[in-house]
Amino acid sequence: MYKPNDLVLRTTTSLIAFILLGFAIYLLLAGHNSPGGGFVGGLLTSGAILLMYMAYGMEVVKKIIPINFTLLIPIGLSFAVGTGLGSFIFNVPFLSQTFGYFHLPIFGEIELATAMIFDIGVYFTVVGVMMTIILTIANDQ
Amino acid sequence: MSNLAVLPIILPLVSAITLIFFNSKVNISRKLTQIFSVISLLVSCYIVWKVFTDGTIILETGAWVAPYGIILVMDSLASLLILTTNLVATVCAFYAPHAGLEKKESYYFYPFFFFLITGVSGAFITGDLFNLFVFFEVLLMASYGLIVLGGGKVQLRESLKYLLINLFSSMLFVTAIAFLYAVVGTVNMAQIGERVQEVEQQGILTTIGILLFFVFATKAALFPLYYWLPKSYIVPNPVISALFGALLTKVGIYSILRVFSLIFVYKLELTHELFIWVAGLSMVFGIIGALSTNNIKLIIAYNIIPAIGFILLGIGTFTIDGISGSIYYLIHDMIIKSVLFLLVGVIVYVAGTSDLRKMGGLIHYYPVLGWLLFISAFVLAGIPPFSGFIGKLLLLKGAFASGHIAIVIIGLLTSLLILYSIMKIFIYGFWGDKQMLGNLEKKSTKGLIAPVAFLLTFSVLLGVGAEFVYPHIDSIAAYILDPQIYIDSVLKE
Repeated sequence: MYKPNDLVLRTTTSLIAFILLGFAIYLLLAGHNSPGGGFVGGLLTSGAILLMYMAYGMEVVKKIIPINFTLLIPIGLSFAVGTGLGSFIFNVPFLSQTFGYFHLPIFGEIELATAMIFDIGVYFTVVGVMMTIILTIANDQ
Repeated sequence: MSNLAVLPIILPLVSAITLIFFNSKVNISRKLTQIFSVISLLVSCYIVWKVFTDGTIILETGAWVAPYGIILVMDSLASLLILTTNLVATVCAFYAPHAGLEKKESYYFYPFFFFLITGVSGAFITGDLFNLFVFFEVLLMASYGLIVLGGGKVQLRESLKYLLINLFSSMLFVTAIAFLYAVVGTVNMAQIGERVQEVEQQGILTTIGILLFFVFATKAALFPLYYWLPKSYIVPNPVISALFGALLTKVGIYSILRVFSLIFVYKLELTHELFIWVAGLSMVFGIIGALSTNNIKLIIAYNIIPAIGFILLGIGTFTIDGISGSIYYLIHDMIIKSVLFLLVGVIVYVAGTSDLRKMGGLIHYYPVLGWLLFISAFVLAGIPPFSGFIGKLLLLKGAFASGHIAIVIIGLLTSLLILYSIMKIFIYGFWGDKQMLGNLEKKSTKGLIAPVAFLLTFSVLLGVGAEFVYPHIDSIAAYILDPQIYIDSVLKE
């Protein structure tokens, strides 16, 4: 039987997927002060995972990333709603946000905002939704 | 500042998210749904009490002041509708486990259920036009999921139509908001109201108003735009039909009430005169549809359209009687439509068919069911002690006072035909010999009757206790007729 050799695809994928994932994380973190944010970061992440699926197939990727993507949706929503619920604890209007400057070991002085947690929620939800849609259609016979 | 106003949105949202995790465990999902919906109901009771004692609750989300952030306005009208929504939802939550959903329940039925409630509650509370659009989409997305759940052939066909129509009207909604934003430069409803008042609603603003009316009329199924509703409302399970019939169209008519009592109120002779005629035509065409069919689900679904017509009539007359009639009828209709859909669900379940010509003699086996239907027919048609009567009386009084005699006559005749269309179910379905049932065995209606009876009690109380309810409704109508109160309470100038 003829078996196509996709060495070039697989080799470039293992390189490009990591660049994509890194760029996705950059976009997620940069969203506050420059273009980017949870939505586009999530899209790019699912793009990277999708590329791995195309190059390596279902079984291999399921082994590398053993995540139930559908479960990412409620997890992401919990993050987003959780930032809102925090306002009940601190007795401020719903979805109020705050920020502070922290001194971290490697990065030094940086600004951390609670809006970031909301963005992470969006990120997870987008990855969950995208991967659920794609995998559901792909698995359909 | 009070976070109380956001609870009707947050509670169902948190419930929905929690229930996604428990999706495969149906028994736990059912119990959690019931617990969550009862909690929401109690919270909304507290909110109504709070609003009626202390006045409107304004929540500026994210601590951004009025026109800049999204404002949630929990006023007397919104709080009453939230209470009714939660009441209907609670009853549906107790009805659903017995409704024969089986497999569907493990396909995210309960999360969709709560997302729908989230959208409806949000649409009632929000004070921002674009946020209203977002909540419309939340409830529509959930309704797409619910309508197609189960994947029957008919469901697929009807959900396609439903989706296309709603997608089109949502697109138009965004366009209308874009036009409005281009003209007045804000999407905060109070500020739009203020700015439209400054220019006395000239030229283009009336056009945008009519465009918005077109959008909401599609959602609310008014005269020329109702064709999508009847068939798509009868294909899903009775629980889902009841939720749709009680909530979805009512959000559309509520938006018309809000927008055309707060923003576009300076060209009454043009906009509101149009409403009166659309209302009359909706009544006529809706009731013709209800009379034309022998499918009992379809009879109830068609009955939504004249009811929406009645509510619009009150908005069109724009008098204190008309508006209070509209609000009364809105609340009455939310309850009674879900009662009827749930009852018809039981009838179809026990008779094994939804064709009226194949039924008969059910009263010998199911007396309670029969008399419940009998009472709800009276409530719907507006026989004096019941709630439909007071709403219609006020509406027709308002229409009479504004000199629309023709519409009053149409309204009265429609009420008669509504009574006939529901009594037809009672006469052909419940009267007759035992033999007409053939070899049908008696099925258990355990757990199905009690929630419906519970809901019907409220409907009866709304009519019998009109003495207690009416003053509140009247004060809401006075509040609605004076948009300045809303604008001042939001913008705080």
